[in-house]
Amino acid sequence: MARLLRYWIKQLISLKNIIVIVLMGLIINSAWSTELLNVSYDPTRELYKDYNAAFIQYWQEQSGEKLTIKNSHGGSGKQARSVIDGLQADVVTLALAGDIDALNRYQSILDENWQTKLPNNSTPYTSTIVFLVRKGNPQNIHDWNDLIKEGVEVITPNPKTSGGARWNFLAAWVYAKELYGSDDKALQFVTDIYRHAPVLDTGARGATISFVQRELGDVLLTWENEAHLALIEQGDDKLEIIIPSISILAEPPVAVVDSVVDKKGTRKQAEAYLHYLYSDKAQHIIAKNYYRPTNPIILSQYATQFPELKLVTVDEYFGGWSTIQRKFFNDGTIFDTIFAEINN
Amino acid sequence: MSLSSLKTATFRVIPGFGLTFGFTLTYISIIILIPLFCLFIYSTQLSLSEWVKLVTSRQFLSALLLSLTTAFTSALFNSFIGLLFAWVLVRYRFWGRRVIDSCIDMPFALPTAVAGIALTAIYAKNGPIGQLFTIKIAYTPIGITLALLFVTLPFVVRTLQPVLEDLPKEQEEAASILGATPIQIFIYVIFPAILPAWLTGFTLAFARAIGEYGSVVFIAGNIPFKTEILPLLIVSKLDQYAYDSASAIGICMLIIAFILLFIMNMIQRKLNKTS
Repeated sequence: MARLLRYWIKQLISLKNIIVIVLMGLIINSAWSTELLNVSYDPTRELYKDYNAAFIQYWQEQSGEKLTIKNSHGGSGKQARSVIDGLQADVVTLALAGDIDALNRYQSILDENWQTKLPNNSTPYTSTIVFLVRKGNPQNIHDWNDLIKEGVEVITPNPKTSGGARWNFLAAWVYAKELYGSDDKALQFVTDIYRHAPVLDTGARGATISFVQRELGDVLLTWENEAHLALIEQGDDKLEIIIPSISILAEPPVAVVDSVVDKKGTRKQAEAYLHYLYSDKAQHIIAKNYYRPTNPIILSQYATQFPELKLVTVDEYFGGWSTIQRKFFNDGTIFDTIFAEINN
Repeated sequence: MSLSSLKTATFRVIPGFGLTFGFTLTYISIIILIPLFCLFIYSTQLSLSEWVKLVTSRQFLSALLLSLTTAFTSALFNSFIGLLFAWVLVRYRFWGRRVIDSCIDMPFALPTAVAGIALTAIYAKNGPIGQLFTIKIAYTPIGITLALLFVTLPFVVRTLQPVLEDLPKEQEEAASILGATPIQIFIYVIFPAILPAWLTGFTLAFARAIGEYGSVVFIAGNIPFKTEILPLLIVSKLDQYAYDSASAIGICMLIIAFILLFIMNMIQRKLNKTS
């Protein structure tokens, strides 16, 4: 018995040794190469792949330090929840300011005034909502009011689970409000659009797949960059981008997660990472990935790619994301009323 | 009771009851009981009136109804198909039997989201199977049922297989000699013997299907009141950071599954006593 016990103790000690060695190895390794984690949303996958390579090179020239940058992509709301639940993100680059504000709801992990820290409300690139239709535009869709024509099927994700879908919803609302002037009419118009929706995917990529691969519906409401990516993917002999007369200025903001960078000691790198997004080189990368650069000179160089249309911002039109969430998308509010109405 | 008295009280072939029992308890607590307990704690943040409002809302009720009916249909259907599969695999020897046998487990191994995307691609209007039908399959309750059929098939087959294997051939032979027809043999000899396992398979499939998310969400279409499943409601609550209502819906699903399993256990006990 005693011998057995001694044997087990010996085993335990050696196991403990192994664990200690592995842990020390991990700690030393992480101290050597600095690593940044950028938690972002779905359609920025391609953009940040290009940008990270450029920034790593820039940072090595600046400071001689070799950086590793990791990216995490997913639905914007889900990504925000991962950060709330403890994902150690150095920077967040989410689909809407509301999702970054939500990070502070349960514990304050970043500065209340994060949106004033970088130019343009901490938004280095913008985008908007456009239509994607099949080649030749068989249903003759040119503006928002064509979406509610008899027999047109509209593909959009579910605003309850998708950030992009919330921009779609608001863009349609803005159109109707501008045209008819009242909230009631706008509600009626948006309700009519959802009457024409055969499915509500959970995210923007899912909706693109439904429209492009499953050939579902006649028109896809989507991010401008996502529409261009679909065009590259499928070839412009199959799809066409339609620019509506009015849409919403989508501002996906970026922020440093203060509590994480202070703990990891990566504040300097994380801040530089976001600052560099405003540099000329980065703005070109942004434009090449079909996001609209905020630098007006660079934007004008890509004028053929980004046709002009009337754009309104959520802040001046709706009074910010927390108001929007409370008025439109929380349980029992406008979006729920719309589907209760449709299914009555 | 001290550890030593446990040891001396009864003699066991394999020693170490104290240690193994302790390990079992700790493991069950950490892996099952504490997470479930936390789910309950989270949902208690809702007041009683909020609870009532949540579970009586039209959206919740139609999602619940959809989840229950599709889960029931698929479990029922699979309990027949599964029986057939198990029967063929146990009673006959044919070329490729082992391949089919291991294919049964594929739905367990495949990530459910992958299954969902594949099923949607196949059963969509322009998919290889979907275009053969005039009715819409993907994005309707039929599509949801199909996805659930896919994920729950192994439950029925794998619970029935060992029971069918253990069934003594002599009883069937005796019945046959006494003049029973094959149908009579099935009804009076085989059926009573496999009924408990069959019910277990059905219940497991049913309980699993109610909570299935990954494979269903792509094929469902997610239209509120029409093709919205309960797990999607949970996800939409989470996206509004409403952890409390999300866990409340989770609790509802857990209770349904628990009641199902409990009833089945009771029935089985009765069946075992009578046989």
